[in-house]
Amino acid sequence: MTPLLAAAGLRKSYGPLEVLRGVDVDVARGECLVVIGPSGSGKSTLLRCLNLLEPISGGRIVFQGEDIAEAGRRAPEIRRRIGMVFQNFELFRHLSALDNIALAPIRVKGEDRRAARERAQHLLAKVHLPDKSDAFPDELSGGQQQRVAIARALAMEPALMLYDEPTSALDPETVGEVLQVMQELAEEGSTSIVVTHEMGFARRAADRVVFMDAGAVAHAAPAARFFSNEAPERVARFLGKIEA
Amino acid sequence: MFRALQQLHEFATSYNLLLLLEGGARTLVLSAAGCVCGFVLGFALAVLRHTAAGWLLPARILGVVYVEMFRRIPFLVTLFLVFYAFQALGLDVPVFWVAVASTCVIGTAYLSEVVRAGFAAVPRAEWDAAATMNFSLLQTLRFVVVPQAWRVVVPPAFAFFLSFIKDSALASQIGVVELTFVGKIFNNRGLMPAIAFGSVLIAYFVISYPLARLGARLEGRLALSRAH
Repeated sequence: MTPLLAAAGLRKSYGPLEVLRGVDVDVARGECLVVIGPSGSGKSTLLRCLNLLEPISGGRIVFQGEDIAEAGRRAPEIRRRIGMVFQNFELFRHLSALDNIALAPIRVKGEDRRAARERAQHLLAKVHLPDKSDAFPDELSGGQQQRVAIARALAMEPALMLYDEPTSALDPETVGEVLQVMQELAEEGSTSIVVTHEMGFARRAADRVVFMDAGAVAHAAPAARFFSNEAPERVARFLGKIEA
Repeated sequence: MFRALQQLHEFATSYNLLLLLEGGARTLVLSAAGCVCGFVLGFALAVLRHTAAGWLLPARILGVVYVEMFRRIPFLVTLFLVFYAFQALGLDVPVFWVAVASTCVIGTAYLSEVVRAGFAAVPRAEWDAAATMNFSLLQTLRFVVVPQAWRVVVPPAFAFFLSFIKDSALASQIGVVELTFVGKIFNNRGLMPAIAFGSVLIAYFVISYPLARLGARLEGRLALSRAH
């Protein structure tokens, strides 16, 4: 089966600094791919490159059969099908939760206002916040904001969701509610690439795990095997440190 | 006191009032041109400086040089610069339009900084978030950035507008018959300074007070718009 998205030999440099040195990753439809690795290993940059927030320096990214790095003018049209969730939520602070979710469908997709708001309400229910539609971002906890941000990304009906350390900026007590929503989405068959330090989530929800180190994929394996005792020494050392 | 009343009677000829009105109109047009043209071009310049594309780098550098230069040069010097620039180009432009061009040049430099500060109040990542949802640059500005930047931009923008009305008096130095110049004419004609410049003072007030009220009202509305 051809993967939904496949990056091959992906390179990214900022001046002389080489952040990605030929990364190969792919994700199949319905799969949850978790990317782990030490800080500075290029995980976030990888995600930003995959949806073209950063221009890549080399390599190929094929999404739904199209090379998106080469797409030029069609790039936005392609990127519309990739949703992204940020570490710091990045909700629009001047809009209520509901308006945050409905804005892009109305303005970018040209959806009917009533239908879009109705769908936004459904999405809020899906992330377990049915009664927060009128709340503004600064009236919500971090975990609630992140769940609104997930709903906002889902509103564009993406074929692929990218999560960039979605729980790193959260209070420990709200991490669980966000991970639960992400796990439910994964179980429903939504395709996602998740950069995270939450090994518990990786064990529960990931189909495959990729370990990045120094701008390249150091190890990749199905989740069960990844967390078994056969993992390479470097990975085991990282896991030992993070789970200690 | 009697003399003042007598002079006031002398002053109130249709010729003098017309002169005052004309001077007021010039001051108004000068300031309005600087504010409106400056805001539009300044906004465009701020957008340009916020872009990241590599091929726009030379334009961004030019923008920075422009802003940093004209914010540091006194308005009077800018007036002379523009005046001689037109001459060097062999263009015979009336001094009034030289002054209008100068106010646009200055207004653009100052107001682009005001707008840029407003943009800076919206985290970069919110622009990214909008981009991932496929907003175009214009849509991002209209639906995400401007609604948030507005409250940061309005107070200093109006402060600038108001000070600009006063600064436009410098245009009298290159011979534009605006309000301050009219005051000098009255004074030279032997009218008491109290009347000559008092009338000018009232005219300035009439121009700037409504603007100040508008600014205050806008600020009030902005403060309310979040207190849902």
